[in-house]
Amino acid sequence: MSLLAVHRLTMHYTTKMGEVHAVDAVSFAIEPGEAIGLVGESGCGKTSIALALLRLLPDNARFLGGEVLFEGVDLTRIPEEKMRKIRGRGISMIFQAAMNSLNPVYRVGDQIIEAIQTHLPIGSKEARRRVAELYELVGLAPELMDRYPHEYSGGMKQRAVIAMALACEPKLIIADEPTTALDVIVQDRILRRIDGVRRRLNMAMMYISHDIAVIAEVSQRIGVMYAGCLVECADTLTIFKRPAHPYTTALMSAFPSIKGEKRKLQALPGEPPNLLRPPSGCRFHPRCPYATETCVRQVPDYQEIEPGHFLACWHPQGRGS
Amino acid sequence: MPALLDLLNVTKLFLLKRQAFSLRGHRFVHAVDGVSFSLEPREIFGLVGESGCGKTTTGKLIVKLYEPTSGRIFLDGQDITQIRRGPALRQFRRSVQMIFQDPYESLNPRFTVFDAVAEPLLIHGVRALSEREARVAEILAQVGLTPPETFLFRFPHELSGGQRQRVAIARAMVIHPKCVVADEPTSMLDVSVRAGVMDLLLGLRQELGVSYLYITHDLAVARYMSDRLAVMYLGKIVELGPTEEVIQSPQHPYTQALLAAVPVPDPTYQRPSPAIKGDVVAPVNPPLQCRFLSRCPRAEEVCRDSPHPPLADLGSGHLVACYLARR
Repeated sequence: MSLLAVHRLTMHYTTKMGEVHAVDAVSFAIEPGEAIGLVGESGCGKTSIALALLRLLPDNARFLGGEVLFEGVDLTRIPEEKMRKIRGRGISMIFQAAMNSLNPVYRVGDQIIEAIQTHLPIGSKEARRRVAELYELVGLAPELMDRYPHEYSGGMKQRAVIAMALACEPKLIIADEPTTALDVIVQDRILRRIDGVRRRLNMAMMYISHDIAVIAEVSQRIGVMYAGCLVECADTLTIFKRPAHPYTTALMSAFPSIKGEKRKLQALPGEPPNLLRPPSGCRFHPRCPYATETCVRQVPDYQEIEPGHFLACWHPQGRGS
Repeated sequence: MPALLDLLNVTKLFLLKRQAFSLRGHRFVHAVDGVSFSLEPREIFGLVGESGCGKTTTGKLIVKLYEPTSGRIFLDGQDITQIRRGPALRQFRRSVQMIFQDPYESLNPRFTVFDAVAEPLLIHGVRALSEREARVAEILAQVGLTPPETFLFRFPHELSGGQRQRVAIARAMVIHPKCVVADEPTSMLDVSVRAGVMDLLLGLRQELGVSYLYITHDLAVARYMSDRLAVMYLGKIVELGPTEEVIQSPQHPYTQALLAAVPVPDPTYQRPSPAIKGDVVAPVNPPLQCRFLSRCPRAEEVCRDSPHPPLADLGSGHLVACYLARR
């Protein structure tokens, strides 16, 4: 059984301007101990999916259908009280801009102790010892526990937030752009730390990022999102060597790299659509070089085109069709 | 050909506010410290480094948003640090323009596209409305906002991020400057529109013959955009040279660490760990030795006993500020 199985998850946001079609029939699964990456541009629904899994969506979000099975239990149907037990122990999250997710008036260590004691029946001494261990795990000096957030650098805060996410040894951690605000050298260290800890404790990870290079380095499997839809999902090597969706291909050739020959970038025409009025049929069709009448009219099915390789496209690339 | 822009030993210090009851003397942030480089006509010069390294301050010194504490900056042989006001300043502003990082903040929300792009023309003496209209339409077409008439009377909130940045680029380019300081012009944009804006800037260099100082934290972007590249660390240029040479054969330990830390979009490539210790420290009253000393994995006796190393030419214009380079 998969650790997490998401089936046709659909949700909208109600705004003054109308309904934002944020997530549309997204399905994927995560196995125990696996690292999966969700990649896509801002506003494509990556963070909404993460928040929906944890049921932390804002009040104007409307859940319209689908299942989120965590260890076989549908999280969309259980009472809030049970959901609270899952957060932290079952699934925890490292938020984007972690620097702002610490409370400035409490010592950092105490905030992590609070998180531990909320979920586990252990005393303060034991919890403190545990935080010290976690600090070593993420590469922070345990003495820093008694300092306040403003005494930490950006990279240190990020590590503290990771320690907090690890505190109750969850089975799945969702990391939403965990290093986006950091410089590359700090980013490198944090990603190596997270990956080391994940391997050691055999936790599953879901990374969310707009940076396909970061996702490539830390994920075993990659899901590509566009305008609220998951358009392609396969193991990392397949996504890079044999991408089938035109958007995946476009995303790869839109990034410069410091390795290999310097090559011309292929700019995608147009801009990501406004999800108040998503395009008909395949949401990528207005920017797709291969779009036909079918793409304009019909939503492509999300199906398995080869073992472990899922795709939603009428005209898969690199397959002679 | 003489250089278009020449920076000679440019330094910018910021005085820190004295803390109450502090017994310490004045404390200065050495944001830019003895920086020298030149920009050739039609050249793209990349300036890279981590946040706080002084790259944006350098850009703001060049456009005279800051005045240097010491050092000189020459544009076409004229010392611009001596320019104060009047026609000379106006002439200078006509030659040097800036593109900012965030097109959500750099455009006035109450200005239409036409107002925003025509404003520099009005300031620089294009009085006839018909001429302003013609030149705005021309530059909008050049930055890819076509057909121009559909954009002229729109407000920033009616445009996407990529379109806004194109308006900001048009505004900088409409008076045909010789030099443009572009400070992270694509980092706020959606990834699928970044490549288009980068290619637009490369195309405008060909069409208008403009030079860029291209400031970015992203080495891959710097490689794509620039002819020459300088790496800054705590206010100092530590390495400077032809872009491909710096990327392929970095000589300064900091450049090597920075390049090793860049994620590579190739799952078959095993990236080595960057060799660097500790975290960035703030350049407040920094020690006299090499700025990189405390983090350098290779530091030796000579590094501890000597002042910050000068930029030395290793040949073919590849300059490195390190006592241990090529040894």
